[in-house]
Amino acid sequence: MKDLLTISALGEAGITEILELTDHFVEVNRRAIPKVPALRGKTVVSLFYEDSTRTRLSFETAAKRLGADTMTFSVATSSVKKGESIRDTVQTIDAFGVDCFVVRHKSSGVPHQIAGWTDASVVNGGDGWHAHPTQALLDAYTLRTHLGSLRGRHIAIVGDIKHSRVARSDIECFTALGATVTLVAPPTLLPPSLEGWPVQVSHDLDAVLPTVDVCALLRIQLERMTDGLIPSLREYTEFFGLTVRRAALLRPGALITHPGPMNRGVEIAPEVADASNAVITEQVANGVAVRMAVLFLLLGQPSQLPPLSEGPE
Amino acid sequence: MDRGDIRRAIKRMAHEIIERNHGLSGVEIIGLQTGGVELAAAIADELADIEGTVLPVGTLDVAFYRDDIGIRPVLPEEVTNMPFDIDGRIVVLVDDVLFTGRTIRAALDALGDYGRPRAVQLAVMVDRGHRELPIRPDYVGRNLPTRRDELVNVHSDGVDLGEMVK
Repeated sequence: MKDLLTISALGEAGITEILELTDHFVEVNRRAIPKVPALRGKTVVSLFYEDSTRTRLSFETAAKRLGADTMTFSVATSSVKKGESIRDTVQTIDAFGVDCFVVRHKSSGVPHQIAGWTDASVVNGGDGWHAHPTQALLDAYTLRTHLGSLRGRHIAIVGDIKHSRVARSDIECFTALGATVTLVAPPTLLPPSLEGWPVQVSHDLDAVLPTVDVCALLRIQLERMTDGLIPSLREYTEFFGLTVRRAALLRPGALITHPGPMNRGVEIAPEVADASNAVITEQVANGVAVRMAVLFLLLGQPSQLPPLSEGPE
Repeated sequence: MDRGDIRRAIKRMAHEIIERNHGLSGVEIIGLQTGGVELAAAIADELADIEGTVLPVGTLDVAFYRDDIGIRPVLPEEVTNMPFDIDGRIVVLVDDVLFTGRTIRAALDALGDYGRPRAVQLAVMVDRGHRELPIRPDYVGRNLPTRRDELVNVHSDGVDLGEMVK
């Protein structure tokens, strides 16, 4: 595997391989010295055309804990300001001799394009409304640590589905692992067509909550209000916010996730965000381990398999 | 070696560990994934029988410290479990077969990320030679001359020699 661009390219077996490898990196991250030399000499560059401190830091922490070197290409202070094309930027960085690009861009498909321009690995760190595979993997990993398998579990994804790459990748990942997914959102925040999506849809959060094992909240991007897609934040919270009253409708043991950053008091009540069944900070911690697993699988394996001379015994 | 030989070798190595360390104070046992784990447990059982001291047994997977990452497919097997602090302790590393010494080199590097043991000792069931690094075992079940392309398989019923699959 050279690149990680979408969850669908992994399939159930690929997802499971990454999640099982993640267990090892969770152990590494618990040590006094949370670092292994597995990717010594490799260079990982984060190429973020869209601001995202947390995802970028998570990837860079992951790379450093594998012993790789990291470079940050910050669009705000770079040649992009002078009008350089993405392709020229990639070729320039490629000429430094890097092994992996972690790409975030507001347009869907940019990481895919870059993967075609370079021999280095490309990891999609989020592109447009399309995909955010490592977020889905860390969500699935976090849920698995609590629920065991996701097979037969029922997961509600609540919020702005239409503009959410997290929702798209989560749906692919959760359903590949055998879960049932129900989307809960106002009609204006759903895509125009859900044909081919392996999901159920509801506009009634109160009715869905008692039936789920997981309530996966999405962030409401405040600019959606100015787009006229929701009348007001208060009205959104009234119908779709996970308030204290609604959280009480969840079954005992049901989990609450949120990809961050949270709008406390909008999609999630402050008390609910801090409740014991909200696994939001675990998601962040697991994100580093999942990204270590992804980088190790992409960069730590031979590009061409040599004739297999069995083990060192 | 058959099942009885293995059992006797474990017993002897256990006695040697106790003799060398004047008892078991400060001694910890760590089995290397995967071949050394069962053997480490067997040695710890034997130590408990002799001295009446039950030692905790750790397991260590050295995959992320190997020097052939990127050359061979390298993936860890089981999650490392170090249930104790190794600072200032005597760590007995246990593996089934000692061959090139590269696994042990990786294990020494890995241990360094958990702490600074007072000493590290090495116990192996089979030393088959062909070292590529300056590493030697402290406790050996059996020295077994082999060809480089042979495979040595240690299990609780004995030791098998086979041809390496090319």
